Amino acid sequence: MPCRPTAPCLWPSLLPENTDQVADVVRLCHANQVKVVPARLRHRPVRGAPCRWKTASFVGLGKFNRILDIDYANRCVTVQPGVTNLAISQAVSAAGFYYAPDPSSQIACSIGGNVAENSGGVHCLKYGVTTNNLLGLEIVLMNGDVVRLGGKHMDSDGYDLLGILTGSEGLLGVITEVTVRILPKPATVGAQLLGFGDLQSAGDCVARIIAAGIIPAGLEMMDKPAVHATEDYCKAGYPLDVEALLICELDGPSAEVDELSDRVEEIARDCGATTIRRATSEDERQRFWLGRKSAFPAVGKISPDYYCIDGTIPRGRLSEVLTRMGELSKQHGLGVVNVFHAGDGNLHPLIMYDAGKPGDLETTEALAADILRLCVEVGGVLSGEHGIGVEKRDLMGVMFTEDDMKQQQRIKCAFDPDGLLNPGKVFPLLHRCAELGHMHVHHGKVPFPDLPRF
Amino acid sequence: MTEILRPQTADDTRDLLAWAVSEQKPLEIVGNGTKRGFGHPVAASHSLDLSGLSGIVEYEPAELVLTARAATPISEIEALLRQSNQQLAFEPPDLGPLYGAQAERATLGGIVAGNLSGPRRVQTGAARDHTLGVQVATGRGELIKAGGRVVKNVSGYDLTKLMCGSWGTLGVLTQISIKVLPAPEKTRTVLIAGQDAADACLAMTAALSSPHEVSAAAFLPAPIAARSRVSYVAGAGASVTAIRIEGPPVSVSVRNTALRDLLSAFGDIEELHGHNSGALWQEVRDATPFSSGDSVLWRLSVAPASGGAVLDALGDLGIEGYLDWGGGLIWASSGEDNEHAHQVRTLSESAGGHATLVRAPEVLKSAIGVFHPQPATRDGLSQRIKDGFDPNGILNPGRMVQGA
Repeated sequence: MPCRPTAPCLWPSLLPENTDQVADVVRLCHANQVKVVPARLRHRPVRGAPCRWKTASFVGLGKFNRILDIDYANRCVTVQPGVTNLAISQAVSAAGFYYAPDPSSQIACSIGGNVAENSGGVHCLKYGVTTNNLLGLEIVLMNGDVVRLGGKHMDSDGYDLLGILTGSEGLLGVITEVTVRILPKPATVGAQLLGFGDLQSAGDCVARIIAAGIIPAGLEMMDKPAVHATEDYCKAGYPLDVEALLICELDGPSAEVDELSDRVEEIARDCGATTIRRATSEDERQRFWLGRKSAFPAVGKISPDYYCIDGTIPRGRLSEVLTRMGELSKQHGLGVVNVFHAGDGNLHPLIMYDAGKPGDLETTEALAADILRLCVEVGGVLSGEHGIGVEKRDLMGVMFTEDDMKQQQRIKCAFDPDGLLNPGKVFPLLHRCAELGHMHVHHGKVPFPDLPRF
Repeated sequence: MTEILRPQTADDTRDLLAWAVSEQKPLEIVGNGTKRGFGHPVAASHSLDLSGLSGIVEYEPAELVLTARAATPISEIEALLRQSNQQLAFEPPDLGPLYGAQAERATLGGIVAGNLSGPRRVQTGAARDHTLGVQVATGRGELIKAGGRVVKNVSGYDLTKLMCGSWGTLGVLTQISIKVLPAPEKTRTVLIAGQDAADACLAMTAALSSPHEVSAAAFLPAPIAARSRVSYVAGAGASVTAIRIEGPPVSVSVRNTALRDLLSAFGDIEELHGHNSGALWQEVRDATPFSSGDSVLWRLSVAPASGGAVLDALGDLGIEGYLDWGGGLIWASSGEDNEHAHQVRTLSESAGGHATLVRAPEVLKSAIGVFHPQPATRDGLSQRIKDGFDPNGILNPGRMVQGA
């Protein structure tokens, strides 16, 4: 995002220490109709977007960084929202457990942010995204009410408010506590590199692995530019003569991993793989992943700037989408590098541009919008795990009708009728809640549908 | 006399809802009607019978997704999935027989609207975790869509989740896209005989905390086990703790051995193979031990490790039950008095969960409520969400909350 000129925030940034303090702050803001932007910051706000409003208060959640409870018998952990994703897995590792969703930014990203964006990671094909691994939340509503949802039990009573909160991009409430489920670590983990001479064969291989009844723990794809960029950057040992490279990770007892690895290799051979390599040690497996996980910085090294897109498509449309993306890239005159969670259809094309060049950023945004429209056109969605935010809100109409979006905004009205929390995100056209709630009732004027009556 | 309306398409459904809004006619939403007894009786002049909205729209095995119209029977979906060795991994239960309805008539829409899941819930998640997208006719007379046909999707609020477990009070599901997964090649169930509930909980916890990928864990006290159609279980003459593993044959055989070693400390070990295993888990899934008769039936969702203690406490009150989900789900049958009912609610709360009155005479339902009462702040929030979807209260009025 480009930096925007900032005006001084008239309301102070605050660093509450507990839920009651958050509730007090939010209640005060609500009473004075001051907008609230929660963030994980520890000291003062970062420069940028939120100060677009004349009166807004940052609520820093930097002090919400403690692990509150580790409950092995119920296989769950309760933390404050500022705890990092990786810290949860680290805290339970010695006992043989981990927290499954693992976004690439897991060293730094907070669990509160993961809940807000319903983050995934490379293992979500088998283990699900955040919403599938979340058991409970404590939230503060914009009116200061503290609401506890879920807990250590599995099913919700009443409406699935936990589900609607997850992925709501911070628009519905301030999260003050999170309970996630943890899983026992798999007995063994194996990884394979599968290289192909063309994208179509790699795409076919993905579809055939899944059709064969194999759900890999991770199934990632990189195109040729991504393979070259990462190999230059970190020497992961990738083959440079391929158009597409798959990393397939399988987990379970070693007998299962061995057998399924054989089956995957057979499928890959059938699909014309030119490289088939199995990691023979944990060190080699880590190196396979090193390249994939370094894709972003690697691209950062070959291009002055890059712009990461996030969209999801049906797996079967992969080669078609990549081909058309290549055409769009030529059309706009900007290179695109592709890394892809192939197992679950989540694309992360990286557009290479130069922010110093006049017009480059605008071209980038236009190309990104074209790529996302393409995702929706083939039956996919605008975002797999990064959310809509401000960046994609004007594209919501590509995927949703006006009625769809209005119904979504009525959720916002139920939680925050004055629109004070994280304003300006997700929806292109804001309607006042009073207007959204209104309904024309035409007594005796709506025809009874022409149906057989019984 | 209730008038029955039978839309044949999603557009019909939307038009009927628009008409119902304009005429202020509340509607009872019905698929095949197998679970009409779940929830409070609906006070409605008209019944919206969705059975015409049936049929599979699209199935792509390699995409792991199936799209069907809402009233498609689960049995029809499962039959099609079997041809590609796939399944609905959350094991949708067939609760119709609990209410005297015919078996295998439950619809996809009903399962999603109730967020009903079977034993594999403990490993693979609930119906809500597998529902990818929906088309819904709202109580505003509008046809909207939410979600999509892909697993990873953060594009707007996840209205799909909200539909799961809302029992037709927010919208009428017309079409659903659901995630499917490969069916396991092989299944084994390890049995431990003669445990008490507390020990069974420890055994299930040990199994679920192991790397052996347990896909279900249940505990049947002796009188319940005796009612099983599986002779090994019925003939045990004691309680039975059951732990299931599934997967490729080589993996199941390795894990089976490892699991038997792990659990041998807890008692005598037996095992069930494919067919018997399937029969046992179907009984656990459908609450079959309570399917005959019309005793008061409860479903408690609690923190799994406390399941054993809650079951014991229920037993002290003369309430019989069994554990699924590694202790996290309790099916229990109590007497018809209000006092028992209040005790069940209190016990479920003390274990950090809630209790739903699945089957009961109307007088008891009305005295104590079918769904667990919610704290006022959450109640208000739920009501505001309901108002956004159904401002005139025409959809299944009173089914979840009496008078609402």
